[in-house]
Amino acid sequence: MLQVDATGENNLARIIVITSGKGGVGKTTTSAALAMGLALRGHRTVVIDFDVGLRNLDLIMGCERRVVYDFINVINEEANLNQALIRDKRCKDLYILPASQTRDKAALSMDGVGKVLEELGRDFDYIVCDSPAGIEHGATMAMYYADDAIVVTNPEVSSVRDSDRMLGILASKSRRAEHNLEPIREFLLLTRYSPERVKKGEMLSVEDVQEILSLDLLGVIPESTAVLDASNKGIPVILSTDSSAGQAYQDMVTRYLGDRVPHRFLEVEKKSLFGRLFGG
Amino acid sequence: MSTQATGQARESDSFDLKSSVLTVPVLKLLDTNIDRIADQLRRKIQAAPDFFHNAPIVIDLSQLEQSNDAVDFPFLVGIMRGLGMQPIGVQGGSATQRESAELMELAVLGRGSTGRGAPAKKETSEKEEQTEHPQESASARKTLLITHPVRSGQRIYASGADLIITSQVSSGAEIFSDGNIHVYGALRGRAMAGIKGDAGCRIFCRNLSAELVSIAGRYKVSEDLAQHHWGESVQIYLQGNKLVVEPI
Repeated sequence: MLQVDATGENNLARIIVITSGKGGVGKTTTSAALAMGLALRGHRTVVIDFDVGLRNLDLIMGCERRVVYDFINVINEEANLNQALIRDKRCKDLYILPASQTRDKAALSMDGVGKVLEELGRDFDYIVCDSPAGIEHGATMAMYYADDAIVVTNPEVSSVRDSDRMLGILASKSRRAEHNLEPIREFLLLTRYSPERVKKGEMLSVEDVQEILSLDLLGVIPESTAVLDASNKGIPVILSTDSSAGQAYQDMVTRYLGDRVPHRFLEVEKKSLFGRLFGG
Repeated sequence: MSTQATGQARESDSFDLKSSVLTVPVLKLLDTNIDRIADQLRRKIQAAPDFFHNAPIVIDLSQLEQSNDAVDFPFLVGIMRGLGMQPIGVQGGSATQRESAELMELAVLGRGSTGRGAPAKKETSEKEEQTEHPQESASARKTLLITHPVRSGQRIYASGADLIITSQVSSGAEIFSDGNIHVYGALRGRAMAGIKGDAGCRIFCRNLSAELVSIAGRYKVSEDLAQHHWGESVQIYLQGNKLVVEPI
């Protein structure tokens, strides 16, 4: 049996949790995009679905018909990691560890999760944890071992407040907090941003949200039909390079890796007649 | 209520130590919705303001023992004192509830009492809730300094101390202090100063956007606050019974 490393400092992989508190803000879309983006740049990446019982990541990644074993099987030692990991067909450096649909989140034990992350840490550069909504057990398990957190927020007050709550939990209930290590690096990702609606005063602006959360802004993903399209087809939206959302996710990955690029898609676009007819 | 200790008076003694039985009103909590409790309590007292003035009150937690829900004692005690009542202790309730009552220096009475001898564990069940106890030694008041944002759902209590927060206090966060409160980021949550009844305490903030401010139990909610100096640098203090918000 593996020894659980309480400090995890031997883990070479960076563990990133995608979290929000609120549901439906784009956590899974972001997890898929980030994982694909990191892998396309040559980093060995695995993305884990922590939404046990309501799994979606496999659909967004387009690998739902290849799921045999899942995360819970590995935790319960009914399968080993190699049997459960699904290699992405588009990118050789990307693997998916799907959630179980037939169990519930209680099956995520802290030691079990720690053990799996430690084992993955030896093989991968990045481990992306797709958190379920809420602040209960599933979400706290997804964030507990994290080194970095990307807090996905929609520009509306309830989402911003839930994100703030999540940030409080990250600061107090994570492994890093409990062991008095350097705190989790926290980033803000604004999704479903619509400059038109901000201009009309129907939506909080980037500045509003940043003022409330005072957090490093990792990216702003514009509202785009490409996101739903991509989800339906099982293609991470970061691969639709001609869409604004896809490009914004590329920028997000660039910024996460430490390069500064200016934020795009923050202003109302002046569309040509052609653009208006065929959309962006 | 009864005390256990007994003693015999000798000729030259200046006091008798005897047990006696008193009748004390009991505030039996049926749920932990602190806003509703505060509201109903206020209406109850308004009906007979003199009846409860300086009246000792015991808080009964027996109905909450099963659920083990957290009771917001700092707020509850602040509200009760603000209304002129003297909360003296708790009875019933779970170990965790009694422990958090002890942190507010409420006596634990009746069955299941851990007594004053048992030290209250400093670590609360949720690490989210921070209670700091600077040394309760001299008259000089200590200070608790917080340099990180206080996020929604987090609570900070400066026991026997002033509280200084150099970052922001988010909406949905709660900060309490036995002394003064200073907030140098935006104050969007709840701030309660002088919660043990010190009416001389003040709240200072650079940006008043609070959900609620309270000094020694007298409070204002954002609806009342929004009319004066909203978003400005202010100090808040008590003048008689009135909470004054004044730009600085």
